[in-house]
Amino acid sequence: MPYEEKVPPLPRGDLAIEAVDVRKHYKDRTALSGFNLRVRAGTVCGLLGPNGAGKTTAVRIMSTLTRADGGAVSVAGCDLRTDPTRVRYRIGLVGQYASVDEVLSGRQNLVMFGKLYHLPAAEARNRADELLERFDLTEAADTPASEYSGGMRRRLDLAAGLLLSPQVLFLDEPTTGLDPRSRIEVWESIRGLVGSGTTVLLTTQDLEEADQLADTIALIDAGRVVAEGTPDELKAAVGPDRVETVTRKPSLDEVFLHLTGQPAADRTTEDRR
Amino acid sequence: MTATAPTTAPRPTRPATGLRDAATLTGRVLTHWRHRPASIFLNLMFPVLMVLMFGYLFGGAMTVPDGRYMDFLIPGMFAMTMLFGLESLVVAVTTDNAKGVTERVRAMPVAATAVLAGRSTADLLNAVVGLAVMVATGLLVGWRADRGLPLALAGLGLLLWLRFAFTWIGIYLGLLLKTPESAVAVQILVWPVGFLSSAFVSPGTMPAWLGAIGAWNPLSATATAIRGLFGDPDWNAQHWAAEHALVLAIVWPAVLTAIFLPLAVRRYRALED
Repeated sequence: MPYEEKVPPLPRGDLAIEAVDVRKHYKDRTALSGFNLRVRAGTVCGLLGPNGAGKTTAVRIMSTLTRADGGAVSVAGCDLRTDPTRVRYRIGLVGQYASVDEVLSGRQNLVMFGKLYHLPAAEARNRADELLERFDLTEAADTPASEYSGGMRRRLDLAAGLLLSPQVLFLDEPTTGLDPRSRIEVWESIRGLVGSGTTVLLTTQDLEEADQLADTIALIDAGRVVAEGTPDELKAAVGPDRVETVTRKPSLDEVFLHLTGQPAADRTTEDRR
Repeated sequence: MTATAPTTAPRPTRPATGLRDAATLTGRVLTHWRHRPASIFLNLMFPVLMVLMFGYLFGGAMTVPDGRYMDFLIPGMFAMTMLFGLESLVVAVTTDNAKGVTERVRAMPVAATAVLAGRSTADLLNAVVGLAVMVATGLLVGWRADRGLPLALAGLGLLLWLRFAFTWIGIYLGLLLKTPESAVAVQILVWPVGFLSSAFVSPGTMPAWLGAIGAWNPLSATATAIRGLFGDPDWNAQHWAAEHALVLAIVWPAVLTAIFLPLAVRRYRALED
């Protein structure tokens, strides 16, 4: 069998992602300058940071799309540099860069990508049907993806990222541009995945999303992780000098502002609360 | 790292897996045709329209030394059809890039060579269909391959050999240009490349310096060579390139392929940002 049949989830507590001193320099700018990250199996890590902080580069490197200039990354127990192919069998990528073929129908997309993961043809078809059902796309299975609504497209993207039941799933802004209902549906799907042992690395501009989903948060600024911890730990770290002015725990927005000196995304704190 | 060791190792580099991947990706393009019959039809009809325009509107003013202009034009248009295929190929490659399909496949265990071989095979099938339509058109307007079936097939083989070379130029340009908008440049550039050849008139009738370029155009080599193989009339061009057209029609595509196939593979592997 040319693919790894049903790779079980990594044992909880193992490191699903370990990035050590990763550096990436482009012609005119440094994207990552000593990026370190450790994510435990079966957890959701939210990677937050202002635009240009290096989130995208970090995800691209960890998902084998871009090569790092230096440092070491291991994902799902495999070294990225020596064994990128095995990593590719064990990860799923959902987000702005990885998309589906708009001309093909949802089913055709999933069957095609399943075959490219080297599932036998019959199994690719079964898996496609299973995922269409799970993401409530059975009715639209034979409609071209270009005619899908935003929420349906996102669910199809998610399904395509789950064809091989990946050990590690990279979710890049999974709910950007979705209406609240679709957003909650996607969140539910993600929680379900994590419940079954998948490790998720989530990048988002939406701090409520991070608060909802993430077990740990890594704040990235100027190409490196500047703070790491559970949402509560991070809030506590900023807590003391906030208690007097706001009679509540600081929000992640405020953590963000405190640590990076910049507001999250393009929104101000006032807009969000 | 403490990941569970895989029981079966993935071997996507195995030739059989690569061939299957290439076939899957070829099948994908064929499915596109099924979904978009109108655009395929228009692409096929365009050279037919040119035959009618040049053959009947301009053809009356053209005198070929020993025969009908239409019989000179048809083989030239066969060669032109091979070149025109480049536009839709570049658009298809850049669209995949812009829509994120390329990125998804790059994050999957699929070899670069398999991806590009799939694209190239699909394009060759497209060329076979295009050529069949053009041969039918030729037969309808009275063109005949007068020197027998084996030489006629050899001529068609030379045409596809030229297209195979163009395919790699197209894939390389597509990967280089990245956006469908910039592919418009290619759509414009195929015109001077096409017309500065022996497809419509003999380069001997052009100003000397321009004629020299036209005579050395790979398109001219193939057009002149297949006129010989089909027994069609030609201007008796006193040019080394025209006299050795058959050799050049074999060598030119080989040289172009030797340059652009490795460039395309390298470019695909280096796609990063």
